[in-house]
Amino acid sequence: MKWPFIKLIPKNTKFGFVRFSMPAAIVSVVLCIASLVSCFTLGLNFGIDFKGGTVVEAVWDKPINLAQVRERVGNMNLRDVGVQDFQEPNQAMIRFLPPEGADASATVDAVKAELRAIMPGVKFPRVEVVGPKVSEELGVNGALALGIAILLVVLYIWTRFELQMGFGSIVALAHDIILTLGFMSITQLDFSLTTIAALLTIIGYSMNDTVVVFDRMRENMRKYKKMPLGDIIDLSTNETLSRTIITALTTFLALLGLTVVGGETMQVFTVIMLFGVFIGTYSSIYVAAPVLILWPPKRGAEKAAARTEADARP
Amino acid sequence: MLHVARWRVLAVIIVSLLGLIYALPNALPQSVRDSMPSFLPSKTVNLGLDLQGGSYLMFEVESQVVYKARLEAVADDLSRELRGQRRPGELGSAKTPILFAGRGLTPDGQVARVTIQNPADIPEAIKRIESLASPVIGLTGPTGRTDLDVKAVPGNVIEIRLTEEAKTSMTRRAVSQSIEVIRRRIDETGTKEPAITRQGVDRIVVQAPGESDPEKLKRLVGQTARLTFQMVDETVSPAEAAAGRIPPGSVLLEQPGEPREPQVLVRRRALVTGDNLTKADPGFDQQTGEPAVTFQFDGAGARAFARASTENVGKRFAIVLDDKVLSAPTIREPILGGNGQISGSFTIESANELATLLRAGALPAPLKVMEQRTVGPELGRDSINAGATAGIIAMLLIVAFMILAYGLIFGGIAILALAVNLILILAAMTMVGATLTLPGIAGLILTIGAAVDANVLIYERMREEELAGRSTALAIDAGFKRAIVTVMDANVTALLTALILFYFGAGPVRGFAWTLSIGVITSLFTAILMTQVLVAAWYRQTKPKRLPI
Repeated sequence: MKWPFIKLIPKNTKFGFVRFSMPAAIVSVVLCIASLVSCFTLGLNFGIDFKGGTVVEAVWDKPINLAQVRERVGNMNLRDVGVQDFQEPNQAMIRFLPPEGADASATVDAVKAELRAIMPGVKFPRVEVVGPKVSEELGVNGALALGIAILLVVLYIWTRFELQMGFGSIVALAHDIILTLGFMSITQLDFSLTTIAALLTIIGYSMNDTVVVFDRMRENMRKYKKMPLGDIIDLSTNETLSRTIITALTTFLALLGLTVVGGETMQVFTVIMLFGVFIGTYSSIYVAAPVLILWPPKRGAEKAAARTEADARP
Repeated sequence: MLHVARWRVLAVIIVSLLGLIYALPNALPQSVRDSMPSFLPSKTVNLGLDLQGGSYLMFEVESQVVYKARLEAVADDLSRELRGQRRPGELGSAKTPILFAGRGLTPDGQVARVTIQNPADIPEAIKRIESLASPVIGLTGPTGRTDLDVKAVPGNVIEIRLTEEAKTSMTRRAVSQSIEVIRRRIDETGTKEPAITRQGVDRIVVQAPGESDPEKLKRLVGQTARLTFQMVDETVSPAEAAAGRIPPGSVLLEQPGEPREPQVLVRRRALVTGDNLTKADPGFDQQTGEPAVTFQFDGAGARAFARASTENVGKRFAIVLDDKVLSAPTIREPILGGNGQISGSFTIESANELATLLRAGALPAPLKVMEQRTVGPELGRDSINAGATAGIIAMLLIVAFMILAYGLIFGGIAILALAVNLILILAAMTMVGATLTLPGIAGLILTIGAAVDANVLIYERMREEELAGRSTALAIDAGFKRAIVTVMDANVTALLTALILFYFGAGPVRGFAWTLSIGVITSLFTAILMTQVLVAAWYRQTKPKRLPI
């Protein structure tokens, strides 16, 4: 049986990945710095989940006069009013912060009444009000979730593999998260609760990839006790390369399906995930593994004695 | 060689069938589900508000108000204690009076203070004030602690605070009472069963599915509805009161429905409160024909009101709802029957709402809306459709890809495993009552992409083993043995992040965590156990010389 696709990925690749690890490291470092700079200068575009405030989506049976809406809502003594069109001309999205100290939930009812006055029969398919206390908690919880996720994953890698590999994976994770945040900062995509979900999923995906490469390295280090570490990394990366590409492709295809789901938050989720799949794959090959060259894990005779499960393979 | 234990085959068949039975109701219309025999499961997966449409409201109980009320009561009672008066029903001779001044609450209402004239009296004063404390009831019974923390501070001042135990216990009680009141109110209106749940220490979440009016829901749930009958203070003129000369024991309240008298000065002490109502119904004012609310006092309320109205004929009293005066009529004759009518500027609807609120009782403390999320049912339906389309597209793409990459047999096995995986996720979510949300659908679709990863790992390993010169059977066997370790390690990390999301996430994101974590577990089952059984069966059937991958 000859399937065309198999020929796309040769059975035995021998790319010299490690040879390019120095330029790759420079690129990674530069990109990370650029991302951090962007995060601190441009900042992240936090949505109401983390900033607090109100979003109202309005749908009318006629095109909505945005200028009129802007004027009427603008005269209501609210803060940070933003009115924008939304997908169709008969839809509009209104964002605002209630006046200092006012009840956000009562304010949104007043805005709805104002809009009903200028557009009889207008409907509000989505209304979201997030109070300042809640948004603060959501922010703290989101940061906590990311921190704990990284910690647990690294602990797991450490216990299953080696301390050095745990270190390699934490560097890779930090790299992925920083670049993704930088990406979000440059594109000014809406940073919401769903973004946290996407970030955690990227962590999961990137780790999955890293684990597959590390697992093969562990095996090859036992198999070829004399081989230099650089060659082990090259060999392991090549051996797992076809799996890496195929899994990235299937995940990519799944995400491609998701692009048809409308709604701003889901679109942002899909875009971030697409970015994350790419970065996560790259970081397993060019961040997690090369870190081991800088700080090599122990191997050879002293290790073999310590490991009971060594040479499980014939 | 390639022997697969019988229990594995059985496990795969039984779990797949069970999954199918539990997932099936989701694909059937309501009418078919209703007519199914009762031994078959008919539960369907819970849809989140973002898919179903509906309102999510999170309230915070303002427990500060409850604390303040308790301290106000203590500040009132302590004057009697310090003066040495007997409590009602107390025997024995009166104690020596202690001179004091400056009794009152700090502006934030969290500390009561009193200044004692003679420093020598302070220990006795503390003892008397402490006698006002009441025991704190914890979750499991009395805690042995009291609710007041009384201590002397410089300047001959005694400060009274609530202990932390007391605050916790009062908050807990206020939240439970609020939930009860909210439930009664919602039951009264016969709305489609909104879910009312406690969240954290002092929060209440109300979720109403389907077509619902969030504004009406907020009015119904969030209004304190504390009704009081208080005497109007006519010792100073309205102009003087408005200028700030308010006698102690009185308070100036708004009267929104009466432009001729926007503010009314009333006595703080309530003659009767809404707690003493037994009935409240919407009706009409017999003289003006305007909508009104008629009510009936219980025995104690009727007696108290009869006495007050007899003593105060010719004077005015105010009917106050949540610190706003509804009306302030003059007492023309003693009101002895214990029933009456509240008129004000009502519409039929608002009279109806007030009657409902009064029947259900007042909230122990005001509720503040912390978070509100409303999704229209049409938007929810659109999201479900978009999610289904996305799933089908993703599935088709991956099916095509897997067949291209691994051929009909191995690709087909992976797809079968994937299909069973999806069914199992749906079944598991239905069984445990997990909620499917829009991000959850995204998680499901992402799982489709990630679940084939396990198959890919196994197949790639087999391919390698064969290239390394092993026989087909050995290659298959070694492929599974080695790949499983990797699959496990890779999935544990995915599960860890999913569980963290579940713990920290809220609402829709939690739905994402549900599908992701269930998906990791089911994909371990389908990729490892099921794929192994299928590949072994294929091998026994065909005895191939080479792997077709």
